[in-house]
Amino acid sequence: MKWLTMLSLSLALVVAGLVVAEEHRDDSAPDGLRPGGTLSQSLPAPPLAGEPRDAGREVLNYPEQPPVIPHGIRDYQVDVRTNRCLTCHSRSEAVQAGAPMVSISHFRDRHQQVLAAVSPDRYFCTQCHVPQTDASPIVPNTFLTVDEVLGDMLQEQREGGGQ
Amino acid sequence: MKLTRREFAKANAAAVAAATAGMAMPIGATNLITNAELTQLNWNKAPCRFCGVGCSVMVGTQNDRIVATHGDVHSEVNRGLNCVKGYFLSKILYGQDRLQQPMLRKRNGVYDKRGDFEPVSWDEAFDLMADKFKTAIRDHGPDSVAMFGSGQWTIWEGYAASKLFKAGLRTNNIDPNARHCMASAVFGFMRTFGSDEPMGVYDDIEHANAFVLWGSNMAEMHPILWTRVTDRRLSFPDTQVAVLSTFEHRSFDLADIPMVMTPNADVVILNYIANHIIQTDRVDRDFVDSHTNFVRAVDDIGYGLRDEHPLQQAAANADDPNRWTSMSFDEFAEHVSDFTLERAARESGVSEGRLEQLAELYADPDIKVMTFWTMGVNQHTRGVWVNNLIYNLHLLTGKISAPGNSPFSLTGQPSACGTAREVGTFAHRLPADRVVTNPEHRAFAEEVWKLPEGTIPERVGFHAVEQSRKLKDGEIKVYWTQVNNNMQAGPNTQQETLPGWRNEEAFVIVSDIYPTASAQAADLILPAASWVEKEGAFGNSERRTQFFHQLVTAPGEARSDLWQLVEFSKRIRVDEVWPADQLDKAPEHRDSTLFDLLYANGQVDRYALSDMEEGYANQEAEAFGFYIQKGLFEEYARFGRGKGKDLDDFDNYHQNRGKRWPVVDGKETLWRYREGYDPYVEAGRGVQFYAKPDDRALIFAVPDEPPPESPDDEFPYWLSTGRVLEHWHTGSMTRRVPELHRAVPAALLYMHPEDARAEGVRRGSEMKVISRRGEVRLRVETRGRVRPPRGLVYVPFFDANRLINNVVLDATDPISKQTDFKKCAVRLELVSLA
Repeated sequence: MKWLTMLSLSLALVVAGLVVAEEHRDDSAPDGLRPGGTLSQSLPAPPLAGEPRDAGREVLNYPEQPPVIPHGIRDYQVDVRTNRCLTCHSRSEAVQAGAPMVSISHFRDRHQQVLAAVSPDRYFCTQCHVPQTDASPIVPNTFLTVDEVLGDMLQEQREGGGQ
Repeated sequence: MKLTRREFAKANAAAVAAATAGMAMPIGATNLITNAELTQLNWNKAPCRFCGVGCSVMVGTQNDRIVATHGDVHSEVNRGLNCVKGYFLSKILYGQDRLQQPMLRKRNGVYDKRGDFEPVSWDEAFDLMADKFKTAIRDHGPDSVAMFGSGQWTIWEGYAASKLFKAGLRTNNIDPNARHCMASAVFGFMRTFGSDEPMGVYDDIEHANAFVLWGSNMAEMHPILWTRVTDRRLSFPDTQVAVLSTFEHRSFDLADIPMVMTPNADVVILNYIANHIIQTDRVDRDFVDSHTNFVRAVDDIGYGLRDEHPLQQAAANADDPNRWTSMSFDEFAEHVSDFTLERAARESGVSEGRLEQLAELYADPDIKVMTFWTMGVNQHTRGVWVNNLIYNLHLLTGKISAPGNSPFSLTGQPSACGTAREVGTFAHRLPADRVVTNPEHRAFAEEVWKLPEGTIPERVGFHAVEQSRKLKDGEIKVYWTQVNNNMQAGPNTQQETLPGWRNEEAFVIVSDIYPTASAQAADLILPAASWVEKEGAFGNSERRTQFFHQLVTAPGEARSDLWQLVEFSKRIRVDEVWPADQLDKAPEHRDSTLFDLLYANGQVDRYALSDMEEGYANQEAEAFGFYIQKGLFEEYARFGRGKGKDLDDFDNYHQNRGKRWPVVDGKETLWRYREGYDPYVEAGRGVQFYAKPDDRALIFAVPDEPPPESPDDEFPYWLSTGRVLEHWHTGSMTRRVPELHRAVPAALLYMHPEDARAEGVRRGSEMKVISRRGEVRLRVETRGRVRPPRGLVYVPFFDANRLINNVVLDATDPISKQTDFKKCAVRLELVSLA
C-alpha cells in the first residue's frame, strides 16, 4: 500500500502545484480593453447592445469621413439584385425621403470618370458606412478635430505673442 | 453635446456678439477660419496600417497631430477609396491609454515575476533585459531566448530583428505572427513554384470574367479589393462570382455560385475539379507538357500537435511531411479519378449542380478565372496541400501568369509579404526565399552581413505554437514580442500560451502601443511608436513595396520597435553571447557590441542624416546619427537583386505609390513567369517557372485525410473563428475608435436559428462555448452578418473580454506549422436566457 500513499501524496502535490500555477495566471496588470489580472477568467458577456431608436446624424470628425448610419439597417437587402439603401439615398429619392443623397464622390469610377449612376465600386454601402449601437466606449479617444487643433494653436499664439 | 436649432442659433449669436466686442472667444465660435497658414493641412501618403491589400492613404497633419485621413486618389490599389477602418485611421493612435513609459513587475524595488507593474526608465528596462538575455544564453544556450514578431513590423524593423537574433544572438528562434496567417501560403508557393508570392497582380481583377473565393470573406477582410471585384461583376454582367465557405458571409451577397461546404471537404472538391478537367479533356497539354511535373506528396503527416499526442504518434510521416516523389500524368489522372462528382457532393454537402458550375469556371478555356483565398485555406491542418491543389487547377488548364488568369493568395497583414516573407523573419528563413538549413544560403547571408562563417545556426528555430509550448516547458527563458498580441491571437490560451508566459522560468517582454492582453501577461512592457510616428515600409499582397515618412511624434517616451531593437543591441557585447570558437574566427569583434557588429558595420551606417528628405522628422536616424532605415533597406535589398526579388532604390519609394517587385531598371513587374512581362523569363520561353531547377512547376497528388478533431456526442458543434470588417485582429486599435466600437461592440456567438431553438435559447441569450481546452461566455446572434449552417458556430477573435482562443485547438498544418483556427469541436451551455 506504500505506493498508493506515495501516489496520493504526489497527486496532492500536483494538485497543489496546479492551484499555485492557476493563481499566477492572474498576476496584476494594467486595465486595457480587458480588466487587468483576469486573463484566466471567463468573464460574463454583457447583453446585446441596443440600436439607438432616434439617434440624430453625427458631426463628422473630418470632411472625408464617411458618415455613420444614424438608423437601424437590420434585414436591409443589399446584394446583386437590389440595394435597399438607395431607395432613400439615391439622387432621385433623397429629397422626398428626407435622407442625405449619396455623396457626389460616389458617381465617379476608378478612373475619376463621372458616371450616370452610383459607381459599382461603391455598391456595398456597409464597407464604409456603419450603424452605431448604444455601446459606450471602453477607452476614451483623445483625437482632436482640426478645429480643436487650430483652436489650441491660436490659443498658444495668443498666449505666446500677447505680451 | 446636442443642441436644438434654437439653442444653436442662440449660441452662435453670442459668439458673434463676443467677436464684435473684441472679447477673447473660444475657437469654433467663428463660422470659418480663413487664415491660410492655419487651414493648410500638411498632407502625406502612407499605406494603411491594417490589412494586406495595402491601400494608400492621405494623412492630414497639423501641429504634430493627425487630423484627417482619406483614400489616396493617386494609388493604383484603391484609387481614392478606403474601407471603414481605413477612414478612421486618424483615431487609432489616440486611445487615452497609450503606453508612454516602460513598466516592469516589481516587488520591494526590484524585478519580481509576481510583482506589480511600476514605471521604469528605458535604461533600467534595457539593463535588465540585457542581463536576462546574457544569463539565459550563458546558462542554457542561445536557443533559450526567442522573439515573436510581426507582419505589421516595417520592413527594416523585421530585418533588424532578424539580424539581431539569427546573427547577433545566434538563434533562429524568431518567428512572425504571419505564421498564424500566411505560412501555409508560403509553403504552397515554395513547393509548387520554388518562389514565394503571387505571379499575378490586382490588375487581374479588371481582366477576369470569373472569380472564385476559396475560404475567403473578401467583403469584410479585403474590402477594397472586393470593391474592385464588385465593380467588375456589376459592370460586366457576364462575370461570375463563386463563393465557397463553411458558413455564409457577406461575400455571398455578390455570389452567383454560393456554396457552403462541410469543414475539411475542400481537398475532395479540389481533387474532383482536377478530375473533371481531365475527364472532360480540357487539360492544356502543351502547357502541362512544357511547364509542369507531376508529383505525389507524402501522406499521413499528422497534425502539428505536441509529439506525445496520440495522433502524432500514429502518423507515419509526422517527422518529415514536406516530401514528394515523381509520378506521371496518367498516375495523377488515376489518383484523382477516385474523386467523383457524386463523392464530392456527398462529402461536401454542396449540390452536384453547383460543384459542376464551379468546375467549369476552371475547365472552360474561354473563361479567365481568378481564385482568391485566405484564412479558410491557410488556417487549415491541410493548408499547404490546399494551396498546392488550387495551383493544380490553374496549371492543368494553363490559366496562370496571364492577365485575368490568376491564382491569387491574399495576405492578411500590411507587411506579411514585405516583412515576414520577403525579409524572412520566419524561424526557418533568411531574406529572399533563402533558408537557414541550406549551407549556401547561410554563407551568402554571412557574407552580406560581413560575419564569420558559422555565425548563423543551421537548426530551424521554434515556430509560433512551439514557442508557447517551449515557454510552458521552461525551455525558453527570455521572450520578446513586438507588434502582435499572441495572448489573444494564439491558440489554446489556457493550456499553452498563458501558463507559458506566466511560467516562473520565463522573462517576457512585450512591446506595444496599448495595454493588450499580451501586455497584461508580460513582465516588462515597452511603449512603442506606431504607423506614421516613424519612417516605415510595408509590402502588400501584390508584391508592392510602399514607404511612409514619420509624420507625427509618438507620445511620452514611446519609441519605435526599430529604436528598441537597435538601442538594446548596444547593451550586449559579442563575447558575452558568442562561444570561444566562433569568436576566434573574428577576434576583431571580441570587444564589439552587437550594435557595432550588426548595424555600425560600414553598411547599415553608411548613409548620412543629410540623405534624408527635407521636412520630415526621423527619430531613429537622429538618435543613431545615421540614416538607419536607408542603410538597413539597402543592405537587405542585396539579397533579392538578381534573384527575381529585385527592389528599387530606397529613395524612389518615397516619391511613388510603390512598385511591384521584381523591379529591374526601375521598371516593376506585373505578371511573373510570363515572357513580355517578366524580365527574368528567357526569350522564346513563353512561360518559365524559373525558380524551379528545371523551370517546371509541380502539380501535386494529395489524398483526403480527416481533421484532428470533429464534432461528437460530447462536443457536437464545429467552431470557426475569424474577423469582422470593423475590427483589426485583436481590436487593440480599432476598439479604441468610438465609431468602430459602437458599430461592433462585442464578439457574438453566431449560430443557425434552428440550432438555437434546439438548444432552447434565442438571440441575446448568454451561452458558454466549451471545448476540451477551455471556455468563453458569449451572447447568441442568430440574425447577424454571419449565417452558419446547422452544426457550426462562428465567433470572431477581436474581443479581449471573450478570449475565443481559450477554446481553439493548437493543431497546425504539419508542413507550414500554421494553426487551424477554423475548426475544432465545441459544446454550448446556457448561462442565461435573454
